[in-house]
This record gives sequence, structure tokens and C-alpha cells, in this order.
Amino acid sequence: MDRIPILRMGNFLLVTIQVDMHDQLALTLQDDLTSAISKNGSRGVLIDISSLEIVDSFIGRMLANISAMARILDAQTVLVGMQPAVAITLVELGMSMPGVKTALNVEAGMELLRELVKAHHLETGDDDDSQI
Amino acid sequence: MSKLADILQKNESDLLSDWMNEQLAAVRRRDLMNDVDLQTQSSELLRAITQAAKNGNVTELSRSEWTPVRDRLTDISASRAKHGFSPSETATFVFSLKQPLFKRLRSDLSKDPEALFSEIWNANAMIDKLGLMTTEAYMKTKEQLIAKQAEEMLELSTPVVKLWQGIVAIPLIGTLDSNRTQVVMESLLSTIVATNSKVAIIDITGVPAVDTLVAQHLLKTITAAKLMGAECILSGIRPQIAQTIVHLGINLTEVITKASLADALALALQKTGKTVVRVDRANQKAGERKEGLDDKDVAEKKGA
Repeated sequence: MDRIPILRMGNFLLVTIQVDMHDQLALTLQDDLTSAISKNGSRGVLIDISSLEIVDSFIGRMLANISAMARILDAQTVLVGMQPAVAITLVELGMSMPGVKTALNVEAGMELLRELVKAHHLETGDDDDSQI
Repeated sequence: MSKLADILQKNESDLLSDWMNEQLAAVRRRDLMNDVDLQTQSSELLRAITQAAKNGNVTELSRSEWTPVRDRLTDISASRAKHGFSPSETATFVFSLKQPLFKRLRSDLSKDPEALFSEIWNANAMIDKLGLMTTEAYMKTKEQLIAKQAEEMLELSTPVVKLWQGIVAIPLIGTLDSNRTQVVMESLLSTIVATNSKVAIIDITGVPAVDTLVAQHLLKTITAAKLMGAECILSGIRPQIAQTIVHLGINLTEVITKASLADALALALQKTGKTVVRVDRANQKAGERKEGLDDKDVAEKKGA
């Protein structure tokens, strides 16, 4: 069965969605990602959706859910590279994804992720400042 | 060949001169068209009518023998619409043929009231149909013009400008409807991707009124930009519009708003880690400045 690969880069996990998401694929990703976060103790997740051209409300909700789940597991999530058409679709569907952090591209996303993780650790008094 | 066609053919030149007099007596726009052009148009049209009437039925104007007349009339009508004639002036061009034609019919058929009546009826029907055709062509030309202008306005009215590296602005001018907002949203989002901009400024100084629908459209655009990872700043909200927004109960608390485009640009520069500083003239004269002229106003503070 198809799976979306999850790459580990130090403290962060990198997910690049390069195929059209169908519902089962999204559910599998949710399973895989949550177990990968808890297994590796990851601090941040970067999801690149620049190749994603079609979304529906289910996929939109899945992306928001994944972000919320990661937060519970003490990892920050950044969604990067959303296409204009996808953004318009999600807004028209009434999904503004208030809790999700976004960035224009992978580079900006990584920078934001590092900042978020740093700020989070300062807040919680965790002095583990290892970088990728 | 019907009586009407016969009369048309025999009296073509008389009819033309009567028609010309009739037109000159009725509405005449010398400022828009000279007499020579009018004479040419009228004589060409009359010849085409005569020819068509000779070859076919004078009341069935949709048939193929009337095609030249239809084409001529459409051309004339379209050119008049473009030159700025009013609809009634354009229609009068055709309707003024009625009287000369009826006069001719009366003098030729005075002995036979039965035939006179039926021919007058035919002529009346023919000219009415020609008149309708003229008006239709006139309206069509005007509608095409309006459609073209609307399209041009849509394209003109949504320029996305790059203000700085990573900062774009879209100055909105005129009323926003859902059609325009769609274009605004699409062009803004695609420019954000193309220029890799972190901050987008939406300036609504030129928007005369903001109602709930417009506000909703703006919020949608801002949310879409946020989903893509860019931040939006709304600027140029005039006092009256600020009042309207609060009275309507529109919630803009999630949106960064600034009074002017300048304030918005300052904030955008700050957000992208840049700041504007005054040039120290004394130091510049002493030749102590080593930076290039290009960035003399803006010093980039990395890692702000």
C-alpha cells in the first residue's frame, strides 16, 4: 500500500506530500507521523504540500488534526508551500486552520520551526537546544 | 415582382433625394457625420433594398436575398453607435424613408385604393423590420463596447506591486464585487508565490465603501494568504469606513490594520527584519560610509 515517506532530520521530521491525497493515505500518514514523533522524540514537523493540487474538506481537516496531535506530543508543526488554488479552496470551504503555522517555502518553514522550537523550550525551561 | 419593388426600382433617384431631404429636416448631426457620407450610406442602402425587393418577398426580411441589406444596415448602425449617435437618431435614419415611399405609392396607385392599401401595409412592415434591425445592431455594438470596457477595467484595476524584497502591495481602487475580489485574490496569491513575499499589504484607500460582503471577501483573501504562509496588513482605512465597519459588527481583530500605506510598509519592513534609518550627512561627506548608494536608506539588520 502507498505510504507518504517521513524523513528524520535531527530533532525534526520532514513530510513531503507529492501525490494527490486520498482519505486512506491521509489516515495512514496521521498514524505514521504520530508514532514517528513519539518514537524519535521529535520537536518539530515540517509538512511540504507544494505539490498538492487538490484538497477537500476531509484532507483540510486531516492537516489541521495532524498539527493538533503533534502539538499534544510536544512537537511544533509548520505547513509550507500551499498553492494559491488550494488556499482559496480551503477558505471557501470555511477552513481557516487557526492553529496551524504556515510558511511560504521549505526554507522559510525551517527557519520558523527553529524559532518556534527555541521559543517553546525557553518557555518550558527545557535547555535542550540541540540543532539539526 | 410586387408593385412595391416596381415603384422602388422606377423611382430610386427621386426617392433618394426625398429621403435625403427628410433626413436633413429630421435630426441631423453635422458634428458627427458630413452630408457626403450620409448621401453615400443612404444611396447604398436604398440600392440594396431595391435589389432585394426585386428578387424576393418584401416582408420576409430573414431570407437570403435580403442578406446584403442586413449586412449594410448592421454596418451603418454599428458605425453610428461608435460615432455617438443616439438610438432614436439611428432609428430615424431608416424610419425617415417611410414618408417619401408612401408619397410615391400614393401618387402611383391613386386609382386603386385596394392595391394602395396592401402596398402601404407591405412597405410599412418592411421599414419597421429594417428599423428593428437597426436598433438591434445598435444595441449589440453598445453591449460589446460595455463588455470590453468591463473586461479592461477588471484587468486594469488589480495591479500587484512589489514594494521591497519580500513585500508586495495591492492598492485597491473602486467598488469591490465578488467578481473583482476573485481576480484580486488570485493575482495577489500568485504574486506572493512568484515573488516569495512574506508580507502582503492590502491598501483600500481607493475603495469608496465597505459593506459586510466586501469585508468578508477581504477576510477570505487574508486567510488564504495566511494559509500560504504570508502575512497580510490592511491599510488605508478611512475614518468613515472604520465607523461603518464597527457599526456593521465586522470583526477585524484578527487582522493587522494600519492607517496609511506608509505605516504598513514600516511594519512590513520591521517584520522582514529591516529598518529605515536616517543618512548621516556629515559622515557621508567625510567619506566614512562604505556601503553602496543603493541601500543608503535601509540598513538590513540580520537576525532581528
